[in-house]
Amino acid sequence: MTSPPLHKAGAADTLTGGPRRRVRGAPKGRGVGGGAPLPLLLPALIGLAFLVLPLVALLIRAPWRSMPELLTSTEVWQALQLSLVCATAATAVSLVLGVPLAWLLARVEFPGRGLLRALVTLPLVLPPVVGGVALLMALGRNGVMGRWLDSWFGITLPFTTAGVVVAEAFVAMPFLVISVEGTLRAADPRYEEAATTLGASRFTAFRRVTLPLIAPGIAAGAVLAWARALGEFGATITFAGNFPGRTQTMPLAVYLALQSDPEAAIALSLVLLAVSIAVLAGLRDRWMTAS
Amino acid sequence: MTRSARRTRRMLQVTGAGAALLALSACSSSDSGSSTTSGSAPSDSASDKLSGTVTVFAAASLKESFTTLGKEFEKAHPGTKVTFSFGGSDTLAASITAGAPADVFASASPRTMAIVTDEGDAQGTPATFVRNQLEIAALPGNPDGIASLKDLTKSSLKVVLCDRTVPCGAAAQKALDASRLKLTPVSYEEDVRSALNKVVLKEADAAVVYRTDVKAAGDKVEGVDFPESAQAVNEYPITLLKGSKNVGTAKAFIALVQSADGQKVLTDAGFLQP
Repeated sequence: MTSPPLHKAGAADTLTGGPRRRVRGAPKGRGVGGGAPLPLLLPALIGLAFLVLPLVALLIRAPWRSMPELLTSTEVWQALQLSLVCATAATAVSLVLGVPLAWLLARVEFPGRGLLRALVTLPLVLPPVVGGVALLMALGRNGVMGRWLDSWFGITLPFTTAGVVVAEAFVAMPFLVISVEGTLRAADPRYEEAATTLGASRFTAFRRVTLPLIAPGIAAGAVLAWARALGEFGATITFAGNFPGRTQTMPLAVYLALQSDPEAAIALSLVLLAVSIAVLAGLRDRWMTAS
Repeated sequence: MTRSARRTRRMLQVTGAGAALLALSACSSSDSGSSTTSGSAPSDSASDKLSGTVTVFAAASLKESFTTLGKEFEKAHPGTKVTFSFGGSDTLAASITAGAPADVFASASPRTMAIVTDEGDAQGTPATFVRNQLEIAALPGNPDGIASLKDLTKSSLKVVLCDRTVPCGAAAQKALDASRLKLTPVSYEEDVRSALNKVVLKEADAAVVYRTDVKAAGDKVEGVDFPESAQAVNEYPITLLKGSKNVGTAKAFIALVQSADGQKVLTDAGFLQP
C-alpha cells in the first residue's frame, strides 16, 4: 500500500519484460570494446597478465645464443619425439575408450550415474603423482591386475613406453570424456531416434548420425587430451620411470635438467611451449568454431 | 615480478658457478677440521641461556636422525625450538640463496653446499659432519642372489639408479666407472627415495641407494654391500647461514650434530663418521 511508485514501476517492468529487452539491447548498440566497465576490465587485464607473464619471462630469460646447441642434442630430440608419439597414442586410446564412455554417461539412464561421472572426472583434480601411485598399485608388476598381466602374458608396464602411454591416457582421457559428453547432451537425441525408427540399429545410428553430429566436440576433446598428455609429468615419472629414449618425455627432461643446468631447462620448456601453442592455436580455431 | 626475475637470475648465476666450484668442493670439505673447532667453540659458552627458534634446512636423507637430534636439543635447552625443512639439497640451496629465512644448512653433497657458499650466504667454512656410502637395495631375502655390483649388469634384472644430476646418481656412476662396469637401468629416478621405493614396491629388483636409505626401509629391502662403494662416498657439510637471527642457538645445534652424542644418532642411522 505504501510502496513508492518507483517500486511499482520496477515490478511492472519485470513482468512485462519490455524495458528488460531494451537494457539487453543497449550494449550491443554501443559496441563491444567501448563500453567495458573498469571493474571488469581491470581484473581481466591483471588475470591475462598473470597467465601470460610467466610465459613471456621464459622468452626473456631464454639462452638464445646457446639455443641451437642445446636443441640439437640427441637427448632433446629423443625426448621430444617420444613426447609426441606417446601423447598421440594416449589420445588414440582416449578416443577409443572415452567416446563410448561419454555416450554411456550422456545417453543411458542408470542408477549411480552421478557417482560414475564423478569417478570419471576424478583424474582431473587428483595430483598426478597420486595417479601414478594408483596406477602402480593396479598395473605394476606387483599390482592388483599387473600381477596377472605379468604371470599370464609376461607384460609389465612400468619402465616401458607403453607405461608412459597408460599414464598419459589416465590423466588425459577425462578431458575428452567431459568434452564429448557435453556435446552429446547439447545434441538433439531425436535425430538418433528418427534413424532407429527408419530401421537403423542403435549402433548404426550412433555411427552414422550421432558421431558426425558431435564430431567438433570429439575433435576439441581430443586436442585438449593431447595437450594434457603432452604436458603430463607426475604420473609418468611415478609409473613409467625415467629412461632416455624409452620413458623420458619432455616434461621429465625439463625437470631433471633444472637440477643441473637451468639454461637447458629453459630451452626445453620453450620447445614444449612452442609445440603446445602451435597445436592448440592451429587446431582450436579450425575445430572448435566449426560447430 | 621483479623479485622472481631476480631470483631466477641469481639461481642461474649460482648454478653456473656451482659447476666451476665442483673442483673447489674438495677443499671445503678438507677444511672441516678447522671449522669443527670453530663450530664447537660456542658450546663452551652454552651455559649462557639459549633461547628462540632455530630453522634448519637439511637434506631429505637426514630426516629421521635430525628429527631425533632436534628433540634432544629442545630437551637439553628448554625454551628453544628447532624447526626443520627437509628436501632435496638442490632445492634447499636454491631457496636459501633466494632469501629463505634459515639459520643452518646441512646438505647431502659439497656441490650443493657450494651453491650457498658461492653466493656468500654462509658464515664461516662448512664442515663435513658425516659421510654416506652407497649400498645395493635388493628385494627381501635377495631372491636374485645379488652379491656384487657386477651382478646388477645381468640383463634379466630390473635395476633403477638415481639420475646423474642428483648426488646419489653421480656417486653410483662414479662407483660403476671405478669398476669399469656398464649398467643399463630401467629408469634413472629423480631422487634417492623414489629409486628405493621402486624396490620397496617390488617394481624393480634392485636399486643403488645410500646405506642410510636401506636402513630406513627396514625389512622391506635387503642391503648388499659392495667394495666399489668406497670409491664414491658422499660427504655431508653443515654450515651456519649469514641470514641467521639466532646465531648462538644455531651454533649450539651445529655443535650437537658434531658432538659424540650427535654422531651416535647419525651412525645408528647408517651414516659413517667423517
